[in-house]
Amino acid sequence: MSLLQSTERREFLRSAFAIVGTLIVTPSHSSDWDQIAYNKTRIVDSIKSVGIDDFSNIVDGSDLIELNTPEIAENGAIVPITIQSQIPQTERIFVFSEKNPQPLVSDYVFSTKVTPYVASRIKMAETSYVHVLVLAEGKFYRTAKEVKVTIGGCGEE
Amino acid sequence: MEKTVRFRARLSDGIANIKLMIFHEMETGYRKDKNSGEIIPQHFIHTVHVDKNNERVLEVHWSRSVSKNPYLNFMVPGAQTGDTITVTWFDNKGFSGDGSVELK
Repeated sequence: MSLLQSTERREFLRSAFAIVGTLIVTPSHSSDWDQIAYNKTRIVDSIKSVGIDDFSNIVDGSDLIELNTPEIAENGAIVPITIQSQIPQTERIFVFSEKNPQPLVSDYVFSTKVTPYVASRIKMAETSYVHVLVLAEGKFYRTAKEVKVTIGGCGEE
Repeated sequence: MEKTVRFRARLSDGIANIKLMIFHEMETGYRKDKNSGEIIPQHFIHTVHVDKNNERVLEVHWSRSVSKNPYLNFMVPGAQTGDTITVTWFDNKGFSGDGSVELK
């Protein structure tokens, strides 16, 4: 009887841990718009909230991620950005503008049916770094580029 | 219904190069109305689904930091004439819209 109880208890703990494990893993792989991540106001919190606990686990991806942004953006309301990942199994690309009120700008969830490439236009509040994170096979890779912004594009007028 | 998505698609060597623009204000919630002085509430597209022949191939998440009338460019390898690319967007006020293009 006591053996059964302890087995049951172990089973319960195991499933409880399994649930906790799932909860921890889910955010970075969820493909819904993540309101919490998008509302973070500090770049470190934004980066953490997409599923990174330890920044030292981020791999330097500057040779594998081609990030094209203008050196100088006259108008921060329209800053063209192009990203191409050479990292095999690229699943997701995250874009951050470090000094925007909410730094997380966008993220893209790629199937194997599209090229890990994307181009769009973003708003930048002021001169800062644009950071790009690529998620591939559970690993995060990073690159960044500075964009000098002449007129901020978040609309304080 | 008003057209909210405009496409430019080119198929070359089996790769579809899709460029599109969605007509949307993408309000940050930080701008003031010049006449009334009131803050213009945030209004932005948060999700865009891209389907090829009814199969999801790309999911896009945006924010207030994406420019007005958002532009998006992506590539679909293994594409052929007759394939359809459909784009559906959803915003924070519950509006949505879609558009599609048949590859030629």
